[in-house]
Amino acid sequence: MSTESGEHGAGKVLLEMRGLRIEGQSDEKWQEIVHGIDLTLRRGEVLGLIGESGAGKSTIGIASMGFARPGCRISGGSIVFDGIDLTTASEDTKRKIRGARIAYVAQSAAASFNPAHKLIDQYSETPIQHGILKAEEAEQNAKDLYRRLRLPDPDKIGYRYPHQVSGGQLQRAMTAMAMACKPDLIIFDEPTTALDVTTQIEVLAAIKDVVRQSNTAAIYITHDLAVVAQMADRIMVLRYGDLIEEGDAREMLANPKQDYTRQLLAVRTYKKADAATQTEAPLLEVKNLSAAYANTVMVLDDINLRVPRGRTVAIVGESGSGKSTLARAITGLLPPLAGSVLINGEPLPASYKARSREQLRHLQMIYQMPDTALNPRHKVRDVIGRPLSFYLGMTGEARERRTQELLEMIELTGEFADRYPGELSGGQKQRVCIARALAANPAIIICDEVTSALDQLVAEEILKLLQRLQDELGVTYLFITHDLATVKAIADEIVVMLQGRVVEQGEKQTILTPPHHEYTDLLLSSVPEMDPDWLDSLLERRKAGQ
Amino acid sequence: MNDVMKLLRSAPPSALFGMLVIVSYIFVATFGPLLTPYGESEIVGAEFLAWGDEGFVLGTDNLGRDMMTRLIYGARNTIGIAFITTCLAFLIGGVFGLLATTVGGWVDQLLGRIVDVLMAIPTLIFALLILTILGTSIPVLIVVIAVLDSTRVFRLARAVSMNVVVLDFVEAARLRGEGIWWIIGREVLPNSMPPLVAEFGLRFCFVFLFISALSFLGLGLQPPTADWGSMVRDNATLITYGDITPLLPAAAIALLTVGVNFVVDWFLHKTSGLRDEH
Repeated sequence: MSTESGEHGAGKVLLEMRGLRIEGQSDEKWQEIVHGIDLTLRRGEVLGLIGESGAGKSTIGIASMGFARPGCRISGGSIVFDGIDLTTASEDTKRKIRGARIAYVAQSAAASFNPAHKLIDQYSETPIQHGILKAEEAEQNAKDLYRRLRLPDPDKIGYRYPHQVSGGQLQRAMTAMAMACKPDLIIFDEPTTALDVTTQIEVLAAIKDVVRQSNTAAIYITHDLAVVAQMADRIMVLRYGDLIEEGDAREMLANPKQDYTRQLLAVRTYKKADAATQTEAPLLEVKNLSAAYANTVMVLDDINLRVPRGRTVAIVGESGSGKSTLARAITGLLPPLAGSVLINGEPLPASYKARSREQLRHLQMIYQMPDTALNPRHKVRDVIGRPLSFYLGMTGEARERRTQELLEMIELTGEFADRYPGELSGGQKQRVCIARALAANPAIIICDEVTSALDQLVAEEILKLLQRLQDELGVTYLFITHDLATVKAIADEIVVMLQGRVVEQGEKQTILTPPHHEYTDLLLSSVPEMDPDWLDSLLERRKAGQ
Repeated sequence: MNDVMKLLRSAPPSALFGMLVIVSYIFVATFGPLLTPYGESEIVGAEFLAWGDEGFVLGTDNLGRDMMTRLIYGARNTIGIAFITTCLAFLIGGVFGLLATTVGGWVDQLLGRIVDVLMAIPTLIFALLILTILGTSIPVLIVVIAVLDSTRVFRLARAVSMNVVVLDFVEAARLRGEGIWWIIGREVLPNSMPPLVAEFGLRFCFVFLFISALSFLGLGLQPPTADWGSMVRDNATLITYGDITPLLPAAAIALLTVGVNFVVDWFLHKTSGLRDEH
């Protein structure tokens, strides 16, 4: 396998895993979660590990430092880093390697930095600890790296505390920290997953440049094939702890050999047919709505919105744009300061507490995290049955029959009624949430980031289900999301939000075809594409445009 | 039934010991009158008989009553009252604690401050004061201790449910238009249970000790009712002569406390999902 990568790294083999097996503990028993993976990485090469949750990609990433998470153990195989077998090396040897020769960049930089220390002090800690640099040298190096990672004001930014910089800047500061000892290998574990698309671009570009310049080898772990396409020379596709396919990045993207890889590649292609424009009176109308937290911080400013019956209006925006707050204002959880919400032309009281049961029934929510949206102590039957008896007064047999009908609608069998949420997968939980919303026979369902906590293939199934329900039952959706691929897939109309204001709104076709509003353009162009040259050409275009 | 056996087999020795202690106490408390030929306050012989004298296994007390019989009836009285008191404390503290988080706002503030005030006064002194004013009857004793103890239950119930009420399924229930008691009973309470159950065991011990302490001071259960606290006091003089009889009720209290704590530890360990990693 390693011969395929010969063209990239003239370098020697840096890391080699042979038959790596890792076990995890569940219910007091050890179960194998990684089944004999072979991995070869040469100096200067970037290897992408890709797969859905449970694929074992993070576990393998951590194992390349000779480390296993609490509750896991390396049960077989070898991990040889530059001639040292990490599975047998002493704790002391491994400590010398970690940080100095192998560095790790975690998904959430915000959770990985110590909030009580300045960035530059945390940067300097590792090289000083390993005796590689003195304090002043370390600071000088940090500033240099900050500059190369294109952080604003590189000479001063290091003297700030983690909460004083943005998420994207923090992730780059984390990358700088990983590079502090000029390691031979850096492991990036989903470094951009928690970031907005426009921020993601900056971080990706910075990481790519620095890794290329310093000729560091890297393992890039992500669930997003389009992201890995920009970063990696070689890709390994993993599933349930097994290797599905391995090969040169360009080659694999152009010509995937396995079905599973093809499925992953095809994931962003689902697209809803364009519906005819409708002119009837809107089902939900939001007029001049403004809202604020604690009556001081303005988060929504004069929002106007119309959702026609039987259609999907998508609200798109990055974090802090106020899109979730808009949902809270519409549902009455955050009574707005000004403006009104109307359903079928009838104005709703500002607070949900003042709304009648019938008014509440018309507005149902589906949440981002299906894990917390379902009471773990309620069976599926009770979850779906409660709105039936609460709103529609169904009891006994009628209620049971309707519950079964709803389960069928969400493509689950009748026996699921007796299960607890803990016995369902993430996608199944989200389906139950959909059934709970449907059970109320609502006028409109508000979907708040319903697919962002799910794996891509599962998310796509959920989107298809929502679409099918709309086609069959004529449900109306207000779809809140940060993900433009989702918007393209499901929306009829799009509302783009930025900092509590509506930037642009209209039919999907109108919004998605140029000319765009400046911000919409930035947003649209920042969505990674499968083309491996996409990032480079985009950056060039942006530079030329300036 | 099978599950129960499985659970018992997985329990550590300390928890099994604790369960054994609790079960035997409950047994003694329930069947007390059948286990001894004498009445609770029946004078059966001379005062302060030594162990084994005239067939009294543990001798007699300061009034010539059988010590063994008094211990058995003491278990009945003290455990029964402590149990009722703890239940009442949990009812009061639990309901208000969950109400405070679920309603929030000024209700939470008001209840919180009331509890602060109650907790600021030393419990024993407060209890002595009220019992002196109202007189020492069993219902008064139960209510006073339950109210004082409910402040701690309130704090715990509030802290635990605080993490539950912010979850989406509670928000979903609110938006559905569910009433406050439904939300508390069906959504919040079931998800706050494990720490509360564990706390029940611990609080039971404290209530038990508290009653004994009050009885020792003469404001708890009144004679001739047998009670472990007052039994220690009544026979305290024996200690001077090197007789350990007065320590027996104290040992009975200590054993139960240790037993309950073992079981609670195991329960907390199981429900919190903590595992020994090494």
